Amino acid sequence: MTAFYLNGTTVSVDLPADTPLLTAIRNELALFGSRFGCGAEQCGSCMMLIDGQAEFSCTRPLDSVAGRDVITVEGLGTPEHPHPLQQAFLAEQAGQCGYCLSGMLISAAALLSANPQPDEAEVRTALNRNLCRCGAHNRIVRAVLRAADQLRDTP
Amino acid sequence: MTAAAPKPALPGSLNANRLLSQWIGFDKSGRVSIRPGKVEIGQGIVTALAQIAADELDVAFERIDMQPATTATSPNEGVTSGSRSVTESGMALRHACAAARQIFLSVTAQRTGVPLDRIEVVDGRFIGPSGEIGSYWADADTGLLACEAPAKVKIKSAAERSIAGTTVARIDLPDKVFGLPRFIHDLRLPGMIFARVVRPATRGARLVEAPEAPAGCSLVIDGNFVAVAADTEATADAAATKLAARIRWDERDTLPEQTEMRAFLRASPAEKLTLADQPGRAAPTQTLRTQFYRPYLSHASIGVCCAVARFADDRLEVWSHSQSIFLLRKDLARVLGLPIEAVTVHHREGAGCYGHNGADDVALDASLVARAHPGSPVRLQWSRADELGWSPFSSAMLVEIEAGVDAKGDLVDWKHEVFSNGHLLRPGNFDSPSLLAAAELATPFEAPIAQNPPLASGGGADRNAFPIYRTGGLTLDIHRLLDMPIRVSSLRGLGAMVNVLAIEATMDELAATAGRDPVEYRLTHLDDQRAKDVIEAVVAMAGPRPAAPPDGYGRGLAFARYKGTSAYCAVVAEIEAEEQVRVRRLWIAADAGEVINPEGAAHQIEGGAVQACSFALKEAVTFDRRGITSNAWETYQILRFEDVPQVMTQLLPRPDLPPVGVGECATGPTVAAIANAIHDALGVRPRTMPFTADNLSLDMGNAP
Ligand code: FES
Ligand code: FES
Repeated sequence: MTAFYLNGTTVSVDLPADTPLLTAIRNELALFGSRFGCGAEQCGSCMMLIDGQAEFSCTRPLDSVAGRDVITVEGLGTPEHPHPLQQAFLAEQAGQCGYCLSGMLISAAALLSANPQPDEAEVRTALNRNLCRCGAHNRIVRAVLRAADQLRDTP
Repeated sequence: MTAAAPKPALPGSLNANRLLSQWIGFDKSGRVSIRPGKVEIGQGIVTALAQIAADELDVAFERIDMQPATTATSPNEGVTSGSRSVTESGMALRHACAAARQIFLSVTAQRTGVPLDRIEVVDGRFIGPSGEIGSYWADADTGLLACEAPAKVKIKSAAERSIAGTTVARIDLPDKVFGLPRFIHDLRLPGMIFARVVRPATRGARLVEAPEAPAGCSLVIDGNFVAVAADTEATADAAATKLAARIRWDERDTLPEQTEMRAFLRASPAEKLTLADQPGRAAPTQTLRTQFYRPYLSHASIGVCCAVARFADDRLEVWSHSQSIFLLRKDLARVLGLPIEAVTVHHREGAGCYGHNGADDVALDASLVARAHPGSPVRLQWSRADELGWSPFSSAMLVEIEAGVDAKGDLVDWKHEVFSNGHLLRPGNFDSPSLLAAAELATPFEAPIAQNPPLASGGGADRNAFPIYRTGGLTLDIHRLLDMPIRVSSLRGLGAMVNVLAIEATMDELAATAGRDPVEYRLTHLDDQRAKDVIEAVVAMAGPRPAAPPDGYGRGLAFARYKGTSAYCAVVAEIEAEEQVRVRRLWIAADAGEVINPEGAAHQIEGGAVQACSFALKEAVTFDRRGITSNAWETYQILRFEDVPQVMTQLLPRPDLPPVGVGECATGPTVAAIANAIHDALGVRPRTMPFTADNLSLDMGNAP
């Protein structure tokens, strides 16, 4: 049994300790926002915030997050209460197929909490681990910069 | 007996699917269901189709519910590909919705006595001179749409449209930004079991002996097809990994030498098709010979292929991200020996799809496992290695051009020769099913060899081989390989990428050799005003070269009209060549006729251009004599954020011209513009894709 905080509430999961965190969250906890892309820390689709850091969840054993704080894209915001990043992604229509977006949002959220006013180059560097095949990169960068602006204007 | 009069032609896919109720449904509660047979593959088509429908019906965009396609009820619209969706589905829906509006209004006019021309439609309500006299919702249940679309309907003019032609937010994007279940990967059904396939160690390998099932798993083995199923995904994954390490395969060399691909393409048995054979207009004073090679490319979707299948009572139900659910149904029925009526395929969205990837193949994998577990829904998802190692690729290609010019440097003759596998291996098109596992079974189906789609649908290896320029003479020979050592099918633009690269790099070189400006040189050889307009537009966008360019700076231009019949697109690329080539900025001007969703179209063009930078600079499928070695992101690299150029896009306003798709128009011109910019920067003519430092020094060495 592994207990941790998921999007602000305590959950406990009865799965083998080495089950990948991504699989546990998608299949056991039925949160489908985090995506499988490679299972090898090479694409970023599975990223979650673990104690505030953007981390790959596809290779992360479940028991390694015991007692920790895990946030998935669903924990960033909802259609009723969107995170500024989610608002900005919609405003910029940042996404083609959208498969990469949860990982992008998580990476961007980690960036903005460490560096609330990044410039464009810093955004690109922060997102460089996240792959997008549809070529939505520039819109994603614009969306992150827009969210940063909004966070600055509404403290 | 007299033959029935032929039915009048209807626009797009309506011609073959004439029943209005198949496309449109109204609901008492004020909702409108639109049911296209085309599917969302990440390109935003569903949003554009909703815009067309809302406009023609005169209802608010928000009232439209787009229904996912299913073979059970949707119109059969063939394949969602080739930038044809707006033409085929959009124009069908425009006509069908105008017809529906007309039918509802005439019934209302008859019933109320209010003349037709005094009735206005306001968000679905019918308003007469003295108020509301009806609505789509009031008559929702009256069966008015249970009829074939009439041939004559009044379609709105460009000026009358208020939704199509404006920027509308993508319908599907909120779910994806909030992480709500929407993809095929997120589908869960009661009692679902999870499966993985264990593909042969290398191509053509044979199973030596059947392995034992790992604990808690069931094995499905049929010939060389091996899959494993379990109650949880983690168990199935772990079992597949264990099996892959344990199973013994009898392997052999079946692939060509990667370093000898040019010779392989030239020497393989092939079917030769001569598409043009006109003698030159004069004897050339000078002849330029060029040759371009592109390796096999992968779709490299960020998501892996996935399908859900349930087999019960001799019926098969499948959920799939296939681009062609009806054709997939046909091949599934053939492989499983079922009547076609016993198979239903429902579409669910997958990750971005740029052509015929493994979506259809994984659907057969899942169906084979489902047949062995009657009653249980089976979810089968590929691994990243399956995805990059076994999805159909885009064929390696060799293109050779011989261009003859007169004393001024103007073209008098042009010969273009293509050596390539076919670019079409989609299911349902061949005597034998083309799905991957069909050829792996104990009683295998013969694996078909890729064909080229007919020229009328844009061709395959020959796509964009016809130069748009006035060339004088023209000889066009296409060699389609009759062996297919590496399984290939359709990828964005098919042969257009290499043909456009070849033509546009050759035009650039001809201009330079004649000491002429590359823009002037192209314009001189063009008759089509729309072509000239996009070239001039992109030149204006890019502006003059910087006064003091950095070291390694280069600029190049290229142009094509996709398929010769679709969108016009001109690109200027700005690069910096240091150790590696970096694309800094791209300017793109395009003319796609009427544009349904301008921002959506610009986004698609931009996405295609960024992907083209990746193809141009980074990508190559690698292999040894036995198997594919580029089966992870480490070994199949794509462009990342830090290398993505700025992209400026402009769509020329042409609201009165027929709309064409834009998804593929930028691919060829972007690759070619980069090649021309590399020459500008380094003086070398890139002939070998991708344009890496190694390949450029190879091309430098081979220069005459
Ligand atoms: S799925 Fe975790 S990095 Fe690709
Ligand atoms: S939007 Fe498709 S992978 Fe990024």
